[in-house]
Amino acid sequence: MIKEYIYIILADDDEDDRLFFTDAFSEMKINTKVDTFKDGVELMNYLNDSESILPNVLFLDLNMPKKNGIECLHEIKQNDRFKDIAIAIYSTSSSEEDIEETFVCGANIYIKKPSDFNTLKKVLSDVVTINWQYHTSGLNKDNFLLRL
Amino acid sequence: MKAFLKFDFTTLTQKVLEEKLGECNIKFTVTGFGEVEFLEHLSPEKLEEITALLNRYGIEVIENQKSVLVQKIKDAIVEMVFQENATNVKSSVYLSEKLNHSYGYLSNLFSEVTYTSIENFIILQKIERAKQLIVNNKLSLTEIAYQLNYSSVAHLSTQFKNTTGITPSAFQRIIAKRREIANNK
Repeated sequence: MIKEYIYIILADDDEDDRLFFTDAFSEMKINTKVDTFKDGVELMNYLNDSESILPNVLFLDLNMPKKNGIECLHEIKQNDRFKDIAIAIYSTSSSEEDIEETFVCGANIYIKKPSDFNTLKKVLSDVVTINWQYHTSGLNKDNFLLRL
Repeated sequence: MKAFLKFDFTTLTQKVLEEKLGECNIKFTVTGFGEVEFLEHLSPEKLEEITALLNRYGIEVIENQKSVLVQKIKDAIVEMVFQENATNVKSSVYLSEKLNHSYGYLSNLFSEVTYTSIENFIILQKIERAKQLIVNNKLSLTEIAYQLNYSSVAHLSTQFKNTTGITPSAFQRIIAKRREIANNK
């Protein structure tokens, strides 16, 4: 059966960012379930637990204490169990090298954190809508690259 | 060693159906892409068994009428975009003739079920097709633009950038680098 909601996880050390993120999704038309983690270690502990439900989309902040976003990305890409997760980098950096580097490492989406709430809502809604098309229309995830 | 594979989903699906339904001794014919007619009456239990069997291959039995029509719209769009020689027929005319409903009805239904519009879905599919052709490395961007019915390379590039946020050449570079890394593992 078609899934009734999209499961989303965010790993970000900034509490305000986590709050805005969750709020943005709660106002969206598409049904979503959002969980957040405050650093890379916490996130990877959750993902590596075989009992855990894996997200459809995972948002990774690049700068986090203990384990940063790039380290998480590498670990995730090395594990076949995670191959269906769409990975979105969620960062304040907009350096072209950073962006291309994360795509090459296997990220699907790169989002520069917007500064106001309405843009954030728009951007996140775009991500979920496009990901939904990949999810429901059998599009090739290997070619899924999106920058917002 | 790594090899790159190309899949034909229609053949793949057909084979899976033949093998699995054959195992259950069920006679059927494929009446269209994503449409199967069983030649005998199936009990609800039997249908449930088949559903479970096919689910393991990522094949779902769609029950809801709206979802069925939306799936037909999607299939028609994919067919339209992926045929070798793109036609010049307007997509709205093409879809309403093919599916026997007014375009307005199809368009509203599509947006309601998929959270996107038919127009956006067509663009998304065209860009997906362009990505596939870029990855295959056989055609130049000019040839790809021509094949997908864009008026110019610039038009394709702009739509590519607007849809994905990156340029076709950046896309090509990223995929090439990924392959290089995969090959060196």
